Amino acid sequence: MWQIFHKLGSPKWFFGISTRFMPWLLAGGVLLLMAGVVWGLAFAPKDYLQGNSYRIIFIHVPTAFMAQSVYIMMASAALVTLVWRMKLADVFVKAVAPVGLVLTFLALFTGSVWGKPTWGTWWIWDARLTSMLILLFLYGGVIALDRAINDEKSAARAVAVLVVVGVVNIPIIKYSVDWWNTLHQPATFKLTEKPSMPAEMWVPLLLSVLGLYLIFGWLACVRMQTEILSREQRTRWVKEFVLKGRV
Amino acid sequence: MNTPDAIVHRPDYGALMSEPLPLIPEPLLQAVNLQCERDKRILFRELSFSILPGTVTRVEGPNGSGKTTLLRILAGLNDAWTGELKWCGAPVANHREEFLRNMLYLGHRPGIKPLLTPLENLRALMAGRRPVSDAALSQALQGTGLAGYENVPCRNLSAGQQRRVALARLLIADEPLWLLDEVFTAIDANGVAAIEALLQQRAAEGGAVLVTTHHDLALPGMHRLVLGKGGVADER
Amino acid sequence: MNAETRLAAQLASSRVGALAAMKGVFARDMKVAFRQRQDLLNPLLFFIMVVTLFPLGVSPEVSFLSQAGAGILWVAALLSVLLSLDHLFRHDFDDGTLEQLVLQPQPLFLLILAKTTAHWMLTGLPLVILAPVLGVMVHLDGNSIAVLCLTLLIGTPVLSLIGAIGAALTLGLRSAGVLLSLLIIPLYIPVLIFGTGTVAAAAEGASVGAYLALMGAFLVLALTLAPFAAAAALKISLSNG
Repeated sequence: MWQIFHKLGSPKWFFGISTRFMPWLLAGGVLLLMAGVVWGLAFAPKDYLQGNSYRIIFIHVPTAFMAQSVYIMMASAALVTLVWRMKLADVFVKAVAPVGLVLTFLALFTGSVWGKPTWGTWWIWDARLTSMLILLFLYGGVIALDRAINDEKSAARAVAVLVVVGVVNIPIIKYSVDWWNTLHQPATFKLTEKPSMPAEMWVPLLLSVLGLYLIFGWLACVRMQTEILSREQRTRWVKEFVLKGRV
Repeated sequence: MNTPDAIVHRPDYGALMSEPLPLIPEPLLQAVNLQCERDKRILFRELSFSILPGTVTRVEGPNGSGKTTLLRILAGLNDAWTGELKWCGAPVANHREEFLRNMLYLGHRPGIKPLLTPLENLRALMAGRRPVSDAALSQALQGTGLAGYENVPCRNLSAGQQRRVALARLLIADEPLWLLDEVFTAIDANGVAAIEALLQQRAAEGGAVLVTTHHDLALPGMHRLVLGKGGVADER
Repeated sequence: MNAETRLAAQLASSRVGALAAMKGVFARDMKVAFRQRQDLLNPLLFFIMVVTLFPLGVSPEVSFLSQAGAGILWVAALLSVLLSLDHLFRHDFDDGTLEQLVLQPQPLFLLILAKTTAHWMLTGLPLVILAPVLGVMVHLDGNSIAVLCLTLLIGTPVLSLIGAIGAALTLGLRSAGVLLSLLIIPLYIPVLIFGTGTVAAAAEGASVGAYLALMGAFLVLALTLAPFAAAAALKISLSNG
């Protein structure tokens, strides 16, 4: 059992196995995302209230959803770092934090673009948007701390503490922001969560969420491989990989 | 085990072996296969040694060879290492509080608050360790040549005097294991001799001392732990 | 326990309880602070100055100030605590007393709790005491001022506790002060929201018991979790230094 666990944590093993299934992740992700987005943008029915402008949810919802789940994934990896000191978990957190930041930014950007036709203004202090903005700050803090510490092992562990502290706070922040929102502007129009969304709408949405998940997986693998090569550059297997082009 | 960058310390059992029943004491502290990497540079690896009771060991090596880092690792201040550390045969990590109670570490930075007086500083340093009467603390300060300075804020003392405040702990220490990093810095010749005597006394009482210093410390029967240059490429 | 352990235990036999150790840490921090009184005043002056900026920068009108007053005071208090956090471990780190603190044979999180308590007594508590004066200056009514002080009393310890994690994480780094703010401000948001929200609810005549209880829950959560996180962070930062 422990051997399997140890093997799972070995960067070399990960490098080999990830190279094998990365093409599938990319192909599947692109296919699903294209299907979802094309279906959503071109074929899904118009919304009776918002017309065509609602179609941005086919980009907004997947990015917003991913932005949050990436943080949860990071927190799980951070816990592994703190408890078992697995190298691969360090690499994962470091590799995906910027991806999470970009996804959060995209979610904010698409939300704001959607806000213009819907509310007539680019920004509104809506509970969801505000929560996303704070999530952006959290990602920013994680990346800033990682860059500030020279020694990569210390950086990984410090970042792990911060990510775990952040994930404990996320539900509290979300709850506070929701409460704050009702306090200041009751009964605003909610961005998503239409109670009865027709299948022609949620099926493409689901497809694009799944597609983005797979593409995220691929991107995480690419970034982790780069990080692993840089960290393990002095080991024999990396030297052999560079010379022969395979592990 | 014989690597160019870590010379393994072997206590000299020769004298004991000639006796009919060799009584080899169990080491107080034992390091097995220590490896420490810092900023992608390997400071030392496959470093194994034992610290036996009744010994003074000097950690030697050129600048940057990891002397301070080794002492910090042994003290438990640095945990960026792999390998095993044992206190009286059991892993240090499992007996951390007991280990800390029995270990005295003095680092580069003396651990003295400039705004507090020597007496207040000592009192604060001992507060979490064990109860010591003010009279005993004053006596320790007098023993380090700080009589009359007990109530002067430490920022008004010289660097050597501040160091002496920290060293006063050696006079009241009941910890068997001492880890001393560059403790002779800014100390005059008389002071050095007095500290040397303390180290030997602790060893004679069955304790053990690990020390790094740039001084020519040569105590009779002193052991050496030599660290290499470090920075050797890792060929796994 | 083998022979050597017994020998060692005999050498270092007497112990000190965790509570005495905490008292020692607390007493030293208080003593050091009162030897350097100017450092105690600085966060307070900062607090007053930030509050002064709002009437000057936005509007001195009573209607604006009485509505925004609680928020202004809370933001100013938050920034003031943030400013003082950099000192929480830094001086101890520089002079080596932090190493000796970590090496005490005591649970580190309790020692950190003692340090954080001292920090709150020296920065948070004076802010709470000063708040009524500034509350009058921003035209808050008596009831609002009372509720505001209560929220500050419950909220500022949370700020110190969460701040201790950030201070420990950024210890010994370049530009630690700015980094500390970046890491900690997002985590302060819930306390700020409920701190000001409670005063707003009180101004509308609503009952504030539930809100205060919720803030109390934040405090309990911070008291139980933050010292552990700060202890872990401190060990990591010391490893690095």
